[in-house]
Amino acid sequence: MSDAPERELRISKIRNGTVIDHITGGQALNVLAVLGIDGDEGVGVSIGMNVPSDKLGTKDVVKVEDRELSQGEVDVLSLLAPEATVNIVREFEVVDKKRVERPEHVVGLLTCPNHNCITNADEPVESAFEVVDDGVRCEFCGEIVREDIGDHLAVH
Amino acid sequence: MRHDHLLSAGQLTREDIEAVLDRAADLAADPGAVSDRYADTLLALCFFEPSTRTKMSFDTAIQRLGGDTVDMGTVESSSVKKGESLADTVRVIEGYADGIVLRHPSEGAAKLASQFVDVPVVNAGDGAGQHPSQTLLDLYTIRERAGLDDLTIGIMGDLKYGRTVHSLAAALTNFDARMHFISPESLRLPRGVQFDLHDAGARLREHTDLDEVLGELDVLYVTRIQRERFPDENEYQQIAGEYQIDAETLERARDDLTVMHPLPRVDEIAPDVDATEHAAYFAQAHNGVPVRMALLDGLLGDGDDGGAGGGAAATDGGESR
Ligand SMILES: [Zn+2]
Repeated sequence: MSDAPERELRISKIRNGTVIDHITGGQALNVLAVLGIDGDEGVGVSIGMNVPSDKLGTKDVVKVEDRELSQGEVDVLSLLAPEATVNIVREFEVVDKKRVERPEHVVGLLTCPNHNCITNADEPVESAFEVVDDGVRCEFCGEIVREDIGDHLAVH
Repeated sequence: MRHDHLLSAGQLTREDIEAVLDRAADLAADPGAVSDRYADTLLALCFFEPSTRTKMSFDTAIQRLGGDTVDMGTVESSSVKKGESLADTVRVIEGYADGIVLRHPSEGAAKLASQFVDVPVVNAGDGAGQHPSQTLLDLYTIRERAGLDDLTIGIMGDLKYGRTVHSLAAALTNFDARMHFISPESLRLPRGVQFDLHDAGARLREHTDLDEVLGELDVLYVTRIQRERFPDENEYQQIAGEYQIDAETLERARDDLTVMHPLPRVDEIAPDVDATEHAAYFAQAHNGVPVRMALLDGLLGDGDDGGAGGGAAATDGGESR
């Protein structure tokens, strides 16, 4: 039984915007959180979760209409979804494919899980994490986050 | 090369460390030589949690250099209790003083402070994070007693929250030290610290029992296991008891073992150790003054006289740990 028609139904083509494909299964909502998209902006958002994928077993797909992601935004996605591919769409055509690269630093995106870290006190600084081999590490207190980075998103 | 802040021991190179220790040795030999070098210099002592010794040590050091201090006082008696941010506090104090010595209960506080001021910031202890000036005096003491090369050191006690341990271990990666960490399971070295040690190629092993390594050690660095880390008093008593040493324990050690402790101690080193050749902890505390003089000389100097003498003490804080 083919799942192609069903996939078409779930995720229709968009005219203008960004298609993020090959997101690690279950991370789609965190991806939206990173992008600061909660539906209030009025832009069309389609989410496919746990869609069958040859490459990943199952994957998530997110389509955001009328918004083109910057390279910086794409890079932070890599922490949640290292396999993600990002296509910028204009008039139903893919005009740009962005590569997802791990950034060296992520600023203001994550909260430090160390409750005693100065960045969790009410101070006028953004959190800052260095991206290390298999995770990120707070540049203030040194705390390392390896698993479930999506749980520490500072964005709402 | 002139640096601006001392935030963590991890930022110190071997060259930086040796410059400070050499300078400290000169100052210890002839303290009068610099008695008015910093005659117009004011150092702000900002202690958001109490530490009489560290504070007095910095106060003494700057006075021995001819300078003076302004003291924020206790947190209870100051405006910071009313919710002023650390960033605001240090920006105000920057206008009063030529340098800031900061003790704060939160990890990363000194780094944050350094981002808001142009005067040098010295981290005098940030939560369970770092205490790099303590590390410099520890290294000074180790160098005097055992040398820093081909060193086998045991570090015992609360390795999880012990900032003096985190700083010392980071600094020792500059030297060819074999490090043995001895602690209860629940107070092992945090993984962030381990990450850095492995990254720096350190040779380290972890133990729960001092006797596994005692006979090999040149130095045993003991820290206090704090009662408040344990919800249950009985559990504390049982665990702490296993990490106490006395003169009898040290009969199983080498004759030239040096025992150190950042002080204050409670009962982790029995008083009968004091009279033995092993005890170095009071000399270690006294070394704080010449070492902090050398450190301040490097940080506060204008680069042509005092600064050059102290050598490179710290980087601009661009890297963590
Ligand atoms: Zn942190």
